[in-house]
Amino acid sequence: MIGEDDGLDAGREAFKEEAAELLTELETSLLELEEHPTDEDLIGRVFRAMHTVKGSGAMFGFDDIAEFTHEVETAFDMVRMGKLAVTKELTNLTLRARDQIRTMIEASEGKATVDHNVSKSIIGSLQLLTRGGQAKEVQGQESGETPAKKPSKTDSADGAHSITYRIRFKPAADLFVTGTNPILLLNELRQMGSSMVIAQTDAITRLEEFNPETCATYWDIILTTTHSANAIKDVFIFVDDMCDLHVEVVDEEGEYDEGEGYMKLGEILAARGDVKIDELKKLLGKQKKVGEILVDAGIVDSGHIESALAEQQHIKEVREQRQKTADGAASIRVPSERLDKLVDLVGELVTVQARLSQTAAINGEVLLTSIAEEVERLTWELRDSTMSIRMLPIGTTFSKFKRLVRDLSNDLGKEIQMTTDGAETELDKTVIEKLNDPLVHIIRNSIDHGVERPDVREAAGKPRMGTVHLSAGHSGANVLIKIEDDGAGLDKERILKKAIDNGLVAPDAELSEKEIFGMIFAPGFSTAAKVTNVSGRGVGMDVVKKNIDALRGIVEVKSKKGAGTTITLRLPLTLAIIDGLLVKIADEVFVIPLAVVEECVELSKKDIERTHGRHVSNVRGVLIPYIRLREHFLIDAEEPEMEQIVITEVEDKKVGFVVDYVIGEHQTVIKTLGRVFKDIEGVSGATILGDGTVALIMDIPSLVRSVARHEPAIAEAVGV
Amino acid sequence: MSATATSEPTQYLTFELEEETFALDISKVREVLEFSSVTKVPRTPEFMRGVINLRGSVVPVVDLRLKFGMTRTEKTVNTCVIIVEVSFESESMVLGALADSVQEVIELEPEKIEPAPSIGMQLRTDFIKGMGKRDEEFIIILDIDKIFTADELAFAQEASQSAA
Repeated sequence: MIGEDDGLDAGREAFKEEAAELLTELETSLLELEEHPTDEDLIGRVFRAMHTVKGSGAMFGFDDIAEFTHEVETAFDMVRMGKLAVTKELTNLTLRARDQIRTMIEASEGKATVDHNVSKSIIGSLQLLTRGGQAKEVQGQESGETPAKKPSKTDSADGAHSITYRIRFKPAADLFVTGTNPILLLNELRQMGSSMVIAQTDAITRLEEFNPETCATYWDIILTTTHSANAIKDVFIFVDDMCDLHVEVVDEEGEYDEGEGYMKLGEILAARGDVKIDELKKLLGKQKKVGEILVDAGIVDSGHIESALAEQQHIKEVREQRQKTADGAASIRVPSERLDKLVDLVGELVTVQARLSQTAAINGEVLLTSIAEEVERLTWELRDSTMSIRMLPIGTTFSKFKRLVRDLSNDLGKEIQMTTDGAETELDKTVIEKLNDPLVHIIRNSIDHGVERPDVREAAGKPRMGTVHLSAGHSGANVLIKIEDDGAGLDKERILKKAIDNGLVAPDAELSEKEIFGMIFAPGFSTAAKVTNVSGRGVGMDVVKKNIDALRGIVEVKSKKGAGTTITLRLPLTLAIIDGLLVKIADEVFVIPLAVVEECVELSKKDIERTHGRHVSNVRGVLIPYIRLREHFLIDAEEPEMEQIVITEVEDKKVGFVVDYVIGEHQTVIKTLGRVFKDIEGVSGATILGDGTVALIMDIPSLVRSVARHEPAIAEAVGV
Repeated sequence: MSATATSEPTQYLTFELEEETFALDISKVREVLEFSSVTKVPRTPEFMRGVINLRGSVVPVVDLRLKFGMTRTEKTVNTCVIIVEVSFESESMVLGALADSVQEVIELEPEKIEPAPSIGMQLRTDFIKGMGKRDEEFIIILDIDKIFTADELAFAQEASQSAA
């Protein structure tokens, strides 16, 4: 009894997870459908998502959800059959229905309460829509269609079920006399699904006897479609009496035949009646390929062989495709805690592996060294594939924002479209999750404060429709996420005035543009005259800054008054592991993230004398300021005769860091220093070295800022 | 906090700092490690000795002697790191505390613990949970949560001062 309950509970859990995914897909498809209202593929996707929610909902006892979804599904069934057109009204209703389903699921966990009146009103409106829609036929989706192409009510097979047909279309010789162009018929077939068409030319006479007014060619078509055989025959309805038409099913989804390959070439030919089995058998004794043998023997010409081969190929592809889809569905759902545990373990393994390599190097024994190398290789592979498990495309987050933009701009009476770019960019799962809140705040800000009302835009000579562009892309070991809008831009004077009013800056302070824009991230800062339910409380950008900082990321603001604002988030690919450069100062070992390191150069006492003790170095004619880490970190020990400068590039500026010597590259598992050290400048974390001691990871940008504050002279040279 | 808060006999871990005996509630102590090497975090107060590797996690180490106004703890064969779990702003945090030597685990009845006198201790009384008595000897029972909370604040202040 208990076991059964557990099973059901697990099932309900699985349903909730599945439903959450389906609802996301539903939302994405609906928004796309709004842009392409006739896309049958999208309609199919919406329908299937609804259908699955309904089916599994009923299975796990979510009867209310099943019942409600059924109504929405009914509407989309009509759309699918071409009885109802996709309108803004329908997508609006469906989106509302989607939210209602989500509320219902949440309600089952006690997180929310369902307002049944909302359900009723949605269903009522939908029914009104479907009844109205039934009366009027959908106006031609595309012009110039033959009646047969329209998915007719009786002939359309189940949407998800695809069948492969073998069609031989052999028109009568006088086909051309009626003015029929067989190519058009073939094109029509092509539009029904994935197809291969092979022209058979064996009946064509020699050129001197050739009569261009007769049709001597016939065609073999292999077609995989969701339409029924009758629908295919309908294509040829007008030439019915003038052709020889064979339609046979050769492969059907759902048959338990996946294990076997498709028929051999000979079997196909025999099945088509192109060749007799006994003739074939006689010839099979020879060692050539069946096709060649047959052609050589003159039993079939190469055209037929080609056609049969095409069939073989086509079926293979269709089955592979199906297999792939099936494999995709067979992916495993793993709780993310287990994944986190795995990443932790890999992190530990990387540390131990580093120790092993170090021990092997000291030990010098050949056998041990080779084992250590093997372990190193495997560990790296393991690390990479573990990390890749956690990588997800950012696109799912993007599509969520499409909805946000749509709803918000409607609420505010603005016309805003959202465009996206680089949705396939992969990021660590945790990073994506933590990105959600900052992105919401930034986009809300863009919509509320950035993009102007349509009339204001027109007056300013801009298009009525505002654009929020969301893009993602890789840049070295970082991912850049940009949120651009073509709105009013930031008002520098207003921000500065507000900052002075709030006492954030002294009234006489001279601030750079960058510093002024930085003000918008201060807690409680808002220039909005009134607080709306969208924004204006001044919480948002503060959250953005905090979350991005926590992700070891950087926020950059660029804005031009009247032209728009661009906010760039620069984030590390993964939070767990970085490649670092190990450096030593006296007895202390530090790690500099390799991503910012440009090169290493030597610094002798003579060099220092030559620059009269100024902290600048001449690297191939370029002056680069440097920071003596020994001094900044207050390490009390004699410096060696020859030091090294690690040259880094941060925010387009080169800064050198003087260390005693560079040990080498080191793969580093990042450990946090905990709350005690969370405000330390210049240190982003720690790592455990091969010998078990702890080394600190330097946070170069914050180090530069901190030095700049302590040593104004350097600040000038670095230009911060 | 006063000694009346404890009502049942509690176990304490005793340790020495400059030949004085101190004690910590055993429920706060995770383990005791030998003191080997510590990595100093630059630009932090002197009493923050740095961080150590505790089986793969990085744990900060505090020099209690420096914190209590004594001299810096020098490394001897007996020097130990007491790993404690403290609650800070309702989150628990693992820290290491340096001790000259760790003595033993003792049991003290609540009535044997007296509140710390408010003067003459040369030590901030809010760090002290009470004074335990054993064989005519006093044991200073520390309130570890208080020490580290105060630490944090002091440290944050110092950090912001140095940054200004």
